[in-house]
This record gives sequence, C-alpha cells and structure tokens, in this order.
Amino acid sequence: MAMISYLKSCLIAAIWFVFLTFPLMVVKVNTLKNTVEWRWMNMLWVAIGAFILSAVWRWAMERRARGASQKEQESSDSDKKPSLGERLLEDPKLYRPLLGLVVALALLMPWVSEMYQVTIWVFALIYVVLGLGLNITVGLAGLLDLGYVAFFGVGAYTYAILNTRFGLDFWICLPIGGLTGALVGVLLGFPILRLRGDYLAIVTLGFGSIAKIVYENWEGVFNGARGIEKIARPGFFGMEMDISAATTFTYYLMLVMVVFTIFVTNRLKDSRIGRAWMALREDEIACVAMGVDMARTKLGAYALGAFWAGLVGVIFASQTTYINPASFDFMLSAIVLSMVVLGGMGSIVGVVIAALVLNLLPEYLRAFEDYRMLVFGAVMVLMMLFRPQGLVSNVRKTYTHSKKVHAEEANG
Amino acid sequence: MAENTQKLLEVRELTMDFGGLRAVDSITLEVCTGEIVALIGPNGAGKTTFFNCVTGIYKPTRGEILVHPPEQKTYKINGFKPNRVTAMGLARTFQNIRLFQNMTVLENVMIGRHCRTTTNILGAILRGKNTNRQERETIERSYELLEKVGLVHFADEFAKNLPYGAQRRLEIARAMATDPFLLLLDEPAAGMNPQETKDLDELIVRIKDTENISILLIEHDMKLVMNISERIYVMEYGKKIAHGSPQEIRSNPKVIEAYLGEGGDDA
Ligand SMILES: Nc1ncnc2c1ncn2[C@@H]1O[C@H](COP(=O)(O)OP(=O)(O)OP(=O)(O)O)[C@@H](O)[C@H]1O
Ligand SMILES: [Mg+2]
Repeated sequence: MAMISYLKSCLIAAIWFVFLTFPLMVVKVNTLKNTVEWRWMNMLWVAIGAFILSAVWRWAMERRARGASQKEQESSDSDKKPSLGERLLEDPKLYRPLLGLVVALALLMPWVSEMYQVTIWVFALIYVVLGLGLNITVGLAGLLDLGYVAFFGVGAYTYAILNTRFGLDFWICLPIGGLTGALVGVLLGFPILRLRGDYLAIVTLGFGSIAKIVYENWEGVFNGARGIEKIARPGFFGMEMDISAATTFTYYLMLVMVVFTIFVTNRLKDSRIGRAWMALREDEIACVAMGVDMARTKLGAYALGAFWAGLVGVIFASQTTYINPASFDFMLSAIVLSMVVLGGMGSIVGVVIAALVLNLLPEYLRAFEDYRMLVFGAVMVLMMLFRPQGLVSNVRKTYTHSKKVHAEEANG
Repeated sequence: MAENTQKLLEVRELTMDFGGLRAVDSITLEVCTGEIVALIGPNGAGKTTFFNCVTGIYKPTRGEILVHPPEQKTYKINGFKPNRVTAMGLARTFQNIRLFQNMTVLENVMIGRHCRTTTNILGAILRGKNTNRQERETIERSYELLEKVGLVHFADEFAKNLPYGAQRRLEIARAMATDPFLLLLDEPAAGMNPQETKDLDELIVRIKDTENISILLIEHDMKLVMNISERIYVMEYGKKIAHGSPQEIRSNPKVIEAYLGEGGDDA
C-alpha cells in the first residue's frame, strides 16, 4: 500500500515536470521554415528522469527523517562512535600518515605532471587561501561578506601598478599587497560596523561591485577595461626562469602560502581573539556585554580576511601577468563564499577540501562544463538540506587544566 | 543600610522612553558594597529596560548613572558602550538566556576573561610567553568558576546542550569571569525547579560572601527574593512604587495591590 502511494506521488511529480517543461523541451518552433517540431522523445526522457529523481529524493528525505529521530533516541551512543571523517581528523594514528601522503604528493606534483596541470593547481591553491581568508571573516566572526573579491583585486592591482609603473619587485609587493588589502578592509569595515546579517551582505555586495566599477572606469590609475599587462613573474635571487619554471616556483610559493594561512588561522581559532570572533558570531549583544570591544574585534576580522585576499591577489597577478577588471567579478566572491559554506563554517580542513573540489572538479570534468552552474546549484541545495553544517562540522578544542590533569593521573 | 558601607552604583532619576512609551520613569536606586538588592515588579514594569540602561545596551533618555568602583574615582557611565561598562566592573546575565550556543561551556566562561587579558592578533599568532601565560590563567580561572557554579563536568559540552538550570548558572559564571564588583542578574531563577532555585539561592549568597561581589537582582520568585535580599525596590509601569526591607515590602499596600491587580503573585 505504502509502495503504491509512494509510486503515485512520484508519478504525479513526473507529470507535473513534463507539464512545466513542455514548452521548453517538446515544442520547438522553427522560425525559418515556419514549422513546429514536436519532440516527443524529450517528453519521455523528462518523465523518466523526473520520476527517478523524485523517487530518490523521497527516499533520501525519509532516510534523513528516520536518521534524525534515531539520533534523538541514542544521542549518547552516537557521541561514542564518531564517523570515519571525524576519526580521520582526530586520531593521530590515522591522520598523520594521511597528512604525510598529501604533503608528499603535493611536493612531487610539478615533477610528474605537465605545466598545464601545475597552472590549474596554482589557481586551485589561490582559491584555497581565499577560502581560508574568508573563513576568518564569515566562518569565525560570522560577518557575511559578499564583496570579498574587492580585496583580492586590491592586492592584484597594487602589485600590477607598483610593478609596471614603479618597477617594484614581487617580494616587496607581496607584503604591501596584503597590507593594502587589510587597510582597505578596515576602511570599508568602519561604516558597516553596525550592520548585521542580510544588511551587511547587501552592503558588502555593493562594495564588491563598486570596486570593479572603479577598476573599469578609472583609466588613469587602473587602465580601465584594457587592464594591465606585462606584470613581472616572481624572481628568485635574480635567477632567470622560463614560464614553466616560474609556474612551478609559484606553485611552491602557493603551497607555502597555504601552510602559512592554515598555521595562522589555526593559532587564531583557539586564542583570545578567535574566541571573541566566535562569540560575536554567536550573539553580538551578549558578546559586548561580556566586555568584548565590538568595533575592534570586527575590524580585526575584516582586516585579516582582507589581508589574505590582498596577498594572494599579488600572486594571482604575477601568475597571469595580465589582469583586467573582469577577473574581479562577483562570481569569484560567490564561489569563495560557497567554499566556506560547503566546507563547514569555521572548519579549516573542510574549507580546504571544498576549495579543491570546487576548483578541480570542473577542470577534470570538462564534459560537464555547460552544466557547471546547474550542478553547483544542485549541490548547494542538497548540502543545505542534508548537511547544513558543511562537510566538516566545527569541532571545538577541549582545554585541559592542572586539576583535570592531576585527576586523570590519579585515575589512570 | 549601615552608614559606613560604600555606594557602588548610584542611579539618579533614570528615564527611558521608547517613542511614546516611558518604560522607565525617574528611577532612583542605589547598591552598596556587600549588599543583595532586588528589583521586582509585574511583567512589563521596565525592570529589564532599567538593566539595559545601566549596562549600556540602551542609552537612557534622562538621568545619571554613577559608578563608584572600589578605591577609584567616580564615573558617570551614561552612554558608555556595554564593553566599557563591563570593563569597569559591572557584569550581567540575561533574562532570555544568551549563551554562545556553539561554543563549549568552558569557552563561554573564557570569553568573560576577554576584557582582563590583552593578547592581540599578532600575539595570538606568535604565541609568545605572555600570551601563553594569559591563556593558562584564563583556562585555570574559568575552570575555577565552573567549579564554583558546579558545572565542571559539562566543561567540554556545547552550551546549547546544557539543561536549562545549568545554562542559567553558566551565565552567572561567565559574568563572574569579568571580575565584577557588582553582578546584575535578570531573573536567574526563571524556569528552574524548586531544588534548582534553592541551590541558586545558596550560590548567590555564596558569591556575595566569598567573592566580595554585590548583587542587583531582578526576580519574580518571591520566596527567593525575600530570603536573600537586604533591600527591595518595586517598580510598576516604569515608576518606583516602593522601597524597603523585605518585611516592609511584604506589608506594603501598594505592592500588594500591584501584584493582586495583575492577577495574583505568580511566584
Ligand atoms: N526595545 C524596545 N522598544 C520598545 N519598547 C520596549 C523595548 N524594550 C522594552 N520595551 C517595552 O518597555 C516595557 C518594559 O519592558 P521590560 O522588558 O523592561 O519589562 P520587565 O519589567 O523586564 O518585564 P518582565 O518581568 O516581563 O521581564 C514593556 O512595555 C516593553 O514592551
Ligand atoms: Mg524583564
């Protein structure tokens, strides 16, 4: 009985979909020959596809509902049995070898693959750092920033201008780019200190767009839509490098950057500053009432997030050797934000994985290129439904203190 | 009130308007060292609004809020930001519990130490000697406070997973972590069962006696209020209608009317 009603509702869904997509998928008007083509086969495919999808969907929803009620019943049990993913993250016996493997692969990569691959990975790593930087602002401090790309652009243009006009070296510009990003972050942060949630999102979205418009229209400084070309690649103690060597070099530089970012974020996460950020995210009023200076804490989060964007902006400009305003589109902010959300707000490992997956999958699945945005949207919806906390849920550090240690020693 | 006790908080003619609504109407109130003072009144009397004005969450329309920190000069704190008020030594809890839900119980208390520590971003990244020492102290002190309110066994639990009564006690521990000389508690017993209320009663008295913290308390539970407070202020519709010792308040006709008019004492 249940089975029949199950199939019936799937069938209804299928018919509904056929109806909805009928004008699009079945009818095709040929304006040249003034004829109408009826593509009945398409209708069949839509019906079958919708039927199967709806069946899977219902099954998944049911499973989730069952899972939730089960979890309530045996919440104490599930505490003791963490999932494989969590075990991988927490048990040193498991994650040390894995980490070693990842590091070894990352180091060997440029020697075993073509330059094209290395370039792809350089960009993927740039996204990783962007994700980790935005993770500070959005994931830790809870400040929804939709204009993150603006800071990336600031870094890139800082280097492009300083390098092409004033001949400054990459290594000098790298910190300058980061600091300029941070400075702009603070400047933009001031007026929006009082905003929260949706309002903040909209204003930062505006900032991102304004930045792009400024790059496009301020010919004198940013060279307008033509962009800036012939930006120098990073040098290494005056060594002459061809493109392929320079790319490999940038690849290693990005690896160092990723490690550096992870190191810094990790230290901040469990510090006085990081805790204040999280408290701000959790409850702003309670946070200030407990003595946290809101303005300072928020600006710190903005500045630090923007710092990473500025830093990798410099590297981005040096890798492409040519930048124009189109590189700093809203899409980039959106993708970086999705990486943070998909990875799990505040989780470093989650963001790294999400950044790599989101960037490398489209590269290696060229066949699906046209459907990229479609798949993207579907993945987002599915994630929000089935794993709203992201790939890796945020695990909080547990602290030990002298008395606890003594007690454990006495017990053991 | 003994003559030689020192005033800690002195509120003069405090008024707070929300558009046309006068939520707090010229309230004058004092708290001295070593006192437990209660602020009571029917729902909507303006008690929470009064707290919000004192702790800087609202900027009062009129009136003066003076703070006399022990062995320091007097400050007028009208319009101070909440974090400055807290840094001065006034800490509060919230009527509708406002814990940091997705942080552990210990971390919640550690946030309270924020204004007494100084590590900045660079310090947190480098983790120098000073940072490590402060971090250790923060942890030790926070554990101590959890012990005092009886929550050590929950230390690594997320705050949102605590039972209701424990959440209220955690709010008290978090407020105490800011090293206050005056603790403002907004309905700490709300939603607690009689046993929990009794424990809370003892906890509040213990805090006053052993920690040297004075207490200003909003509470609907009359038994608790009458038990522990030295003086009681009664508010109705924003105005102060009575002030005195528990005995005086119990027999005050205005107070009885205010509570009966509301449909009886729901304590
Ligand atoms: N932010 C605000 N804006 C407008 N009106 C407010 C605001 N906060 C409180 N009020 C109003 O002020 C009055 C006093 O509210 P308040 O919360 O201070 O009462 P209370 O004495 O704490 O009551 P309870 O015992 O229910 O907690 C109420 O009429 C309330 O509606
Ligand atoms: Mg109230």
